[in-house]
Amino acid sequence: MNRLDRKLGLLSALPLTAVLALSFVAPMLVVAIFSVMPQKVFSFANMPDFSSYRVFLEQGYYKSLMWSVGMAFAATLILLVLCWPLAYGMAKVFGRFTLVLTIAVVASLFVSENIRLFGWVLTLMKGGLIEGHLRAFTGISFDTPLYGVPIIVFGLVYVYLPFMLFPLAQGIAMVPDDTRQAAYDLGASRWQVLWQIEVPLAAPGIVVGSLLSFVLACGALAESKILGGQAVIAIADDIETAFTFGQNWPLGSALSVILIVIIGVLALYGVGRVDLDAIMGRRR
Amino acid sequence: MPTSRSTRIVLYVYGILVIAFLYLPLVSVSFASVSKARYLSFPIRRYSTKWYGEALKSSTVSELVSTSLTIAVLVTVISVVIAFFGALAFARYDWRHRTLFQKFILLPIFFPQTVLGLALLMWFNSLGIIPSWKTAVVAHLVWIAPIATLIVAIRAYSFDPALEEAARDMGAGTLSILREITLPLLAPGLVSAGLFAFLLSWGNFPLSLFTTGADSTLPEWLYAKMVSGYSPLVPTLGVMSVVGSFLLIFTALALAWLVRANREARAAQQ
Repeated sequence: MNRLDRKLGLLSALPLTAVLALSFVAPMLVVAIFSVMPQKVFSFANMPDFSSYRVFLEQGYYKSLMWSVGMAFAATLILLVLCWPLAYGMAKVFGRFTLVLTIAVVASLFVSENIRLFGWVLTLMKGGLIEGHLRAFTGISFDTPLYGVPIIVFGLVYVYLPFMLFPLAQGIAMVPDDTRQAAYDLGASRWQVLWQIEVPLAAPGIVVGSLLSFVLACGALAESKILGGQAVIAIADDIETAFTFGQNWPLGSALSVILIVIIGVLALYGVGRVDLDAIMGRRR
Repeated sequence: MPTSRSTRIVLYVYGILVIAFLYLPLVSVSFASVSKARYLSFPIRRYSTKWYGEALKSSTVSELVSTSLTIAVLVTVISVVIAFFGALAFARYDWRHRTLFQKFILLPIFFPQTVLGLALLMWFNSLGIIPSWKTAVVAHLVWIAPIATLIVAIRAYSFDPALEEAARDMGAGTLSILREITLPLLAPGLVSAGLFAFLLSWGNFPLSLFTTGADSTLPEWLYAKMVSGYSPLVPTLGVMSVVGSFLLIFTALALAWLVRANREARAAQQ
């Protein structure tokens, strides 16, 4: 680490740091200050009180928070199980097909989330792609699975699949083949290798993937609105309503702060545990 | 232990199923976009492309597209410049606060975008700035510049600092090293970062929702129509936007392949 490196490092970090300081840190401070303002004011020039946090407890907003966290948790678990075999395939089995899969999955990310969820509505609704064709060809009809809690979890799984898949594949790629081979040679069963070799060694990927999916799903809004038909209200939905129809910025801010704290604690804890240089492939 | 043949086949089939799962909703949207009826119901009885004609004629649509395009182009250019330097600070130089910087720039990516959009709205309001498409550029940057930085950083990790040191030993200054050595070496990373930035900005909805003020982007308009009732233009515009993005991706992939093939051919000649 020489002096020139230090100077250049600091200098080249400046543009991004400046952008984030001005348009990420500063807005967060504004939210934090607004969250302790009295109800329904639009400026800082008021005596702080904590009425918004009382409203959160008294008017049942904690229920939305619990729904959001619960559904995000369910989606993350499902994603782990669903993505593991595929991530394993990408890291160890597929050759060129890994590239095809990567391009296909990344390309789907560039399609607006709205359009993809709307596509599921068209697929699953009564008279939609599946039910409509089934009824036309066989006469069998079924009720639409739309507008409920399971379909919201389904939507979360669908939208956040790439955020679990890629870190997981990266993590599994970090498990040396020799170690697995040695375990098998010593008579370990498939399950023993999975639990005692692969899962612990792929842990950084598991942590990053689960954290990303969970955190993003906690703040998700479109799934419950488009697919769920607001069968349950997500916390992000409550936040939006407080700001728009409710015209209650302090309440919206307090709800945001609560969500941010939950996410922030998890994200800092998780990211603090992972060596970014190793997972991104530093040579030195 | 080499994976057995049957396991391999199962994994391949699973991979194909996952791709099908990811793209099934887009199949439905494409079918819906060529349905003649104003109210959609499957199976589609009569096909027509009239909604595409309407979309191309509509002045609302061209306005939406030009707003989205302006935002995306600006976000791309600014992100790539920021990401070039950001990636060097992230991956190349050893400086005191590097690990802190790495973690700091990850935070916006983890952040719920709706909340970020609202926070920015309040921030602009307290600064006295009236939201318009320009504020949406700032909002997109908060999320997209860190992602672009990560993409360039992956490239920056894999280059050998000895190249820069050699140039310095031969008397090159910092700026000419950046221009002559670092920039060309990072170029592929910068191109993919630019592509990501453009496409992510083009498709972004949650950040635009609160920060565009009176202006509206294409995803915002689509969402408004989806929530307030069906419009036959929604699937049509959805398909057009998706096809546009995919054409861009395939052009980029084809160009990358051509450049590589060309270089290999030249290397073989020598």
